[in-house]
Amino acid sequence: MKQFKKYIFPLAFLILVGLSYLFDFAAGEKIGLNFWMFFKEMILFLPLMFILIGLFDVWVPRERIEKHIGKESGWKGTGIVMLLATLHAGPLYGTFPFAYILWKKGCSIRNIFIYLGTFSAIKIPMITFEIGFLGLKFSLLRTLITLPVFILIGYLMEWYLKNKDFEVKQP
Amino acid sequence: MKLLIIFSLICLGISLLASREKTMMGIKKGLTMFIRLLPTLLLMLALVSIVLFLIPRETLTKYMGEGSGIAGWITAATFGSIALIPGYIAYPLCGILVKSGVTYQVIAVFITTLMMTGFLTLPVEAKFFGWKVSIIRNILSLAGALIIGLIMGVFL
Repeated sequence: MKQFKKYIFPLAFLILVGLSYLFDFAAGEKIGLNFWMFFKEMILFLPLMFILIGLFDVWVPRERIEKHIGKESGWKGTGIVMLLATLHAGPLYGTFPFAYILWKKGCSIRNIFIYLGTFSAIKIPMITFEIGFLGLKFSLLRTLITLPVFILIGYLMEWYLKNKDFEVKQP
Repeated sequence: MKLLIIFSLICLGISLLASREKTMMGIKKGLTMFIRLLPTLLLMLALVSIVLFLIPRETLTKYMGEGSGIAGWITAATFGSIALIPGYIAYPLCGILVKSGVTYQVIAVFITTLMMTGFLTLPVEAKFFGWKVSIIRNILSLAGALIIGLIMGVFL
């Protein structure tokens, strides 16, 4: 039932488009054509991408890498948090609880914010989506430009917060 | 796109050779995710079909296309900072927008702000980092997104 509820709007949309074709309603026909163009491009491609994400999930043991987070500062610690960040695919607010865990484990301020930044720059499970819909050149460029910008933001945050009583809280 | 499909199939093949069981688990996991997201995806496609019909191509390119300049970035950054769209939905959407005449720089700004700044989730963020730090982080990220768009513009 709950599943069905989620389909109410798409269904209503399809019915309206269907009616438009029946009664020769030009605007509805145009919208229907738009929809079909977008839809047919995705329907073959998307399931395969999701299968890839599923496989990735099964083969890459995120927990094992998480165990390696400790007080290492410098490039090794940064490298580990960056690697971890690329493995997450969810929304930004899903990373805050993890930032708290990093903080608890003794991660530096800089690395916590670099973690958040890397998360936005590269998401390995999302790479196929980005390349598929926006092209390889765009994806590579965006990643290569985003990384240094957000590492810099990590440094800026550390510089700003260094002598203040900053802490990550658990709500 | 074709290369990506071939790549996916190769990965699938290797995975199958390595472990049938794990591969089946992965396929099931992925398809479950896909089916869960399908209604949202259909809704997004329906809304985009309507919006792109209502907004003529000239208007879209004027505000977010070639030569839109600062206006395009501000539009993209505003939408990106407010919207809460998961990547699975955002990338197909961006693909459509590019085909409709939106420039790659504007898309880069949109994606970066979408992932890094969240005005609606600011109250959640503040619970972890405090208000002041959260606001600073969001503003820095917004600035970062614009810089990324600027540099992208040099290369694309």
